[in-house]
Amino acid sequence: MWTSPDEFFAMGGYALYVWSSFGVCALILLIEPLAVRSRCKSIVKRLKKEILADQFDKEGSK
Amino acid sequence: MSQKNTLSNKHFINWFRLSSPMTFYPLAGKLIPIFWVLAFLFGVAGLWVSFFVAPIDAVQGQGYRIIFIHVPTSWMSMFIYIVMAVWAGLGLVLNTRLSSMMAQALAPIGAWMAFMSLWTGAFWGKPMWGAWWVWDARLTSELILLFLYLGFIALQASIDNPRRADKAGAVLVLVGVVNVPIIYFSVKWWNTLHQGASISMTKAPAMAQTMLWGMLLMALALWMYSIAVALMRVRVIILERESHADWVRQLSEVQS
Amino acid sequence: MSALLGIIHRDLLLVMRRKSEVLTALFFFVIVTSLFPLGIGADGALLRKIAPGVIWVAALLSTLLGLQRIFSADYADGTLEQMVLSPQPFVLLVAGKIAAHWLVCGLPLVILAPIIGIQFDMDAGSLHVLILALLLGTPVLSLIGSIGAALTLGVRGGSVLMSLIVLPLYIPVLIFGAGAVYANTVGLDVSGHFSLLGALLILALAFVPWVSAVAVKIAIE
Repeated sequence: MWTSPDEFFAMGGYALYVWSSFGVCALILLIEPLAVRSRCKSIVKRLKKEILADQFDKEGSK
Repeated sequence: MSQKNTLSNKHFINWFRLSSPMTFYPLAGKLIPIFWVLAFLFGVAGLWVSFFVAPIDAVQGQGYRIIFIHVPTSWMSMFIYIVMAVWAGLGLVLNTRLSSMMAQALAPIGAWMAFMSLWTGAFWGKPMWGAWWVWDARLTSELILLFLYLGFIALQASIDNPRRADKAGAVLVLVGVVNVPIIYFSVKWWNTLHQGASISMTKAPAMAQTMLWGMLLMALALWMYSIAVALMRVRVIILERESHADWVRQLSEVQS
Repeated sequence: MSALLGIIHRDLLLVMRRKSEVLTALFFFVIVTSLFPLGIGADGALLRKIAPGVIWVAALLSTLLGLQRIFSADYADGTLEQMVLSPQPFVLLVAGKIAAHWLVCGLPLVILAPIIGIQFDMDAGSLHVLILALLLGTPVLSLIGSIGAALTLGVRGGSVLMSLIVLPLYIPVLIFGAGAVYANTVGLDVSGHFSLLGALLILALAFVPWVSAVAVKIAIE
């Protein structure tokens, strides 16, 4: 139904509205899992530090 | 492995064993990629129908295609609120931590869905009805739903004791879920009272079969996405809240 | 029943000893409604049009201010815990506290509203409808607000958080209450609005004391 890529991107004059809608949603749907990923990384980092600290304590008290 | 036995012994899944964070954590980890793949597949199919199969609209031209992201996000924001209420309610009644963690994991996803619904609604309204914001009943109810989500998230963030936060959040979301139909009804009432010729988002283009398919596929894609992100987030919440437990210390990603 | 009356009597007594807490909420109501003409201009027709909405929103906000007191003082000195442990059904005690709150914060609003209405040049018919609507609506505000107050007991930043939680739930009352007055001014039938307000009141009376009691117990544990 689209005769050319230009026509597709122009969206019959509604380009700003259609692409802003889909674009912002795509951005949000991308950023949310990335934010969860980074939260995961920080908790794992914290846990690793705690384990190291525990080991240090054990060795120190021997 | 004994873990597999307790879960699916003789075609019977032991749900209560599943409600322990320790059992659920690895299971969720295995499920996440499946849901991402499903989300991707449905998303591609949905976008294909939205842009290449659904015909041009007589009245709204190509601009109506926003409906394929606006309506699914609206549906999902409502659906997630209900699912959140079910999980929170289970956590309150059965006193299971994991159910409350699921509710906590779902809340931001639902809030973002509500926001996207409002954003796409504004960008649809501007070319069609001339204003960035029309106080239409559905958009206004969507805004109030966003407030309900934000209230829940704020309440959970402010209470330090995790079990108290779980239960208080559950009460709030259950009260909210009962109120949502009342709020929607009252907003519709308000709309007809104050605007004679009401501008209504529901006066959408007459539904062609293909349009309905497009919306359904996009909704399915968002649903799979929501499950994937919820599982991801609940795993993080489990790590944060169960950090003192031995099994967390034994995890491979923490040991290395 | 006597437990209910006893709690109402006790709370009213406590308020009488500290009148300033209540009076400030009422002054807030008066001041906020005065801000709107100052911000918008003294155009009589415009003020008459916005009066129901402004008065209702101010009523919502003043009720919220008053709600901060409903459980927090007793929570702080341990009396609330004693009430939970007492042989009297706790739901009844909560209902009593909400009733006392309405007598102290809601009823004065109903009495003050006509004065504010005159400031906004509302006619007698609209004032009648306004008073009736507030009479039905302010108890619902006290009831729903008590849930928010109970959930945020002792929480940092609790008062603002309570407002965030409770205001979306207030919206139906606002719509039907202000809508009743608006409908009256344009000559529409108000019975629908009042039936809905009445229905909200009955629903709230039936369920909210129990929900608030659960919420208080969660906060106390």
